[in-house]
Amino acid sequence: MHELKMKYQGKKMAPAFNAFHTFLFAPNETTHAGGTHVKSADDLKRTMNTVIMALVPVLLFSMFNAGYQHFSAINGFPENFSLTEHFLTWDNFWIGIIKVLPLLAVSYGVGLLVEFIFAVIKGHEVEEGYLVTGILVPLIVPIDTPLWMLAVAVVFGVVIGKEVFGGTGMNILNPALTIRAFLFFAYPTWMSGDKVWVHEARERADQIAEGATGVDAISGETILGYLAQNNEAAMSAKYSVADMFYGFIPGSVGETPTLLILLGGLFLIFTKIASWRIMVSAVIGSLVMGLIFNQVVALEWVTESSGFYGLMSFDYWKHLIVGGLAFGIVYMATDPVTGAQTNRGKWIYGFLIGFISVMIRVFNPAYPEGVFLAILLMNVFAPTIDHYVIRGNVKRRLKRLSNATILPKDSDSKAQELQAETV
Amino acid sequence: MGLLTKKDASLILDPLADNNPITIQVLGICSALAITAELEASIVMAIAVIFVLGVGNVVISLMRNIIPSKIRIIVQLIVVATLVIVVDQVLKAYAYQLSKTLGAFVGLIITNCIIMGRFEAFALGNGPWKSFLDGIGNALGYGVILIIVGFFRELLGSGTLLGFPVLGDPIAKTGLYAFGYENNGFMIIPPAALIVVGIIIWVQRSKNPALVEEN
Repeated sequence: MHELKMKYQGKKMAPAFNAFHTFLFAPNETTHAGGTHVKSADDLKRTMNTVIMALVPVLLFSMFNAGYQHFSAINGFPENFSLTEHFLTWDNFWIGIIKVLPLLAVSYGVGLLVEFIFAVIKGHEVEEGYLVTGILVPLIVPIDTPLWMLAVAVVFGVVIGKEVFGGTGMNILNPALTIRAFLFFAYPTWMSGDKVWVHEARERADQIAEGATGVDAISGETILGYLAQNNEAAMSAKYSVADMFYGFIPGSVGETPTLLILLGGLFLIFTKIASWRIMVSAVIGSLVMGLIFNQVVALEWVTESSGFYGLMSFDYWKHLIVGGLAFGIVYMATDPVTGAQTNRGKWIYGFLIGFISVMIRVFNPAYPEGVFLAILLMNVFAPTIDHYVIRGNVKRRLKRLSNATILPKDSDSKAQELQAETV
Repeated sequence: MGLLTKKDASLILDPLADNNPITIQVLGICSALAITAELEASIVMAIAVIFVLGVGNVVISLMRNIIPSKIRIIVQLIVVATLVIVVDQVLKAYAYQLSKTLGAFVGLIITNCIIMGRFEAFALGNGPWKSFLDGIGNALGYGVILIIVGFFRELLGSGTLLGFPVLGDPIAKTGLYAFGYENNGFMIIPPAALIVVGIIIWVQRSKNPALVEEN
C-alpha cells in the first residue's frame, strides 16, 4: 500500500490512495520542524471515531429492536418481559443483520464513493467528514426504507448538502439531516404513517390489499402517531414509560433507546467532543415548550375535541423520551460545523431547537416529528445567532473601554486629563 | 450567415449560453420556480415570453425617441401588459386547460425581470431589428433553461414527459415501477427547481471558468 501511495504521488488518483493508506496505517509523515504548529492527537479522525463509539451501542440496540418490534407485532408483546429471553435473542438480531446492516453498508458505500470522486476531481485529501454521517443515516430512517432510495438520498445529501459548499467543515446544513429531509419530501409514503416503522408492515398491508389470506396485518404506529390521532389510551395500553425510556418502541431505526443515547451523550460531553451547552439548552427548550402546552390544557383552552389535544396534554417531560428528540439533541444538534460557535450562541441555538421541535410536533399535522426540521432551521440561523452574539460582545467591550480610566505611569495630572477625555 | 451579420447573430446566441438571463444574469427566477413542474407548461411559458419580449422590444425600440424618460417605466408597463393580455386571451381561447395550469403566472409575465430588463437595457438604445433579435435571444435563453428544468422535474417527479408515461405506470406497476422505482415527490415542489437551476449553473460554470464571478 505504501508503495502504491508513493507510486501515485502527485498523480490524479493520489487522494484515493492516500486515503486508503491513512485508513490502514499510521501516516509516516509528520509536520516539519519549522513554523508554528499545534500538535495534538485530537484530530478530525479522532473526533469522528469518538462519536462513532458513542453511536455503536445505539446501533446494536437498534438491531435487536428491529427484530423485537417485528416479532412482537406478529405475536403480541410478551408478558413478563425479560431482557435476555425476549430481547437479546438471535432471532431478533438476525432481523437486525438483514435489515439494518444493508442500510449501513449502502450509506457508507455510496457516501464514501461520492467523497472519493470529489476528492479525486478537486485534488484534495479525502476528508473524514462522512464517517459520522454514514452511521447516523441508517439510524434516522425507517427500517424498511428501500436501499436505492437511501442511495439516491445519500448522493443528494453529500453533493448538495456538503460538497457544493466546499466539503467537510464548510457545509451550512447537517448532511445526515439533509439526507433525511430529502427522503421525507421525496418519498413521503415511505417515511411516515403507521406502516413503515416495523419490518414487513408494509408488505403485509400490500398482501392483504391484494386479497391474501393467512397473514395478519402489522400495525407499527409510533407513539407520536397515536398521540396525533388523540389516541393516548391505545398508546399507553401498549407501551409503558419504561418502554419509552429503554427504547422498546417502534420508530426510526436508532432513535428509540433514550437510555443509551443519554449514555452516549455523557460520553461525548466527558470526551469534550460535543457541547454540553447545546444539549442542556435543547432539553430546557423542549421542556419549556412542553410545559406551555400542558398549561394550555390545564387552563382548558383546548378541549378533547381539538385535534391537538393528544399531543398537547402529553406530559412535558415525556417528549424527551419518545420520537427522535433525544437522538437529535445529542448527535445532530451538537454537530460542531453546522451549530452555533459562540458559547452564548450555543445556549440560544440549543434552546430554540428543543422549543421548535416540540412546537412542530404538536402543531403540524403533516409532520408528526419535527426534530429534523427544527435542527435544519437552526443550522441556517446559527451564523446569524453567532453574528449578533459577537456584535453584542464587541459593543459591551467598547462601552467598558470607554468608561475605563487609563492611568499613565508618569504624571497624575495627565491621568486626570485622560479621564476627562474618555468620560 | 447570409441573413445575419456576426454581431446580429451574437445578439441571439449569447443569451443562450454565456449570457443566459437565468443562469448568468439571474433574472426571471420566480417563474422558473413556479411553473416548471410540467414540461408542457414550461414550453408554453417559454413561447409566451418569446412572443412578449420579441414584440415588446420592437415596439419600445420604435417608440424610443418619443418616450419621455420620466415616464418610460409606465410606457413599458403598458406595452408589456397589452402583450400579456393578448397571450392570456389566446391561451384561454385555444388551450383552456393549460391556461388554468399556468394560472396567475401568465399575468405575472408582466413582472418578469427579464422583460423590463431588456426594455431598459437594450430596446431604449437600439434600433428595432437589433432589439427584435435581442428580445428573441434572451427569451430563448430563458426558455431553454425552463425546458431543461421542466424536463427533469416532470420526468423525475411524475414519471411522465408532456403527459406521456415514459417510465411506466406507477399504479399498475409496469416499466421501471415493476422494480420498485417510485416518483420523487421532492421534484414536484418549487424548491426542487431552485436546486435544478443551481446544478445547471454549476455545470455551466465548471465547463466555462471564465463565467465564475470573482469574490
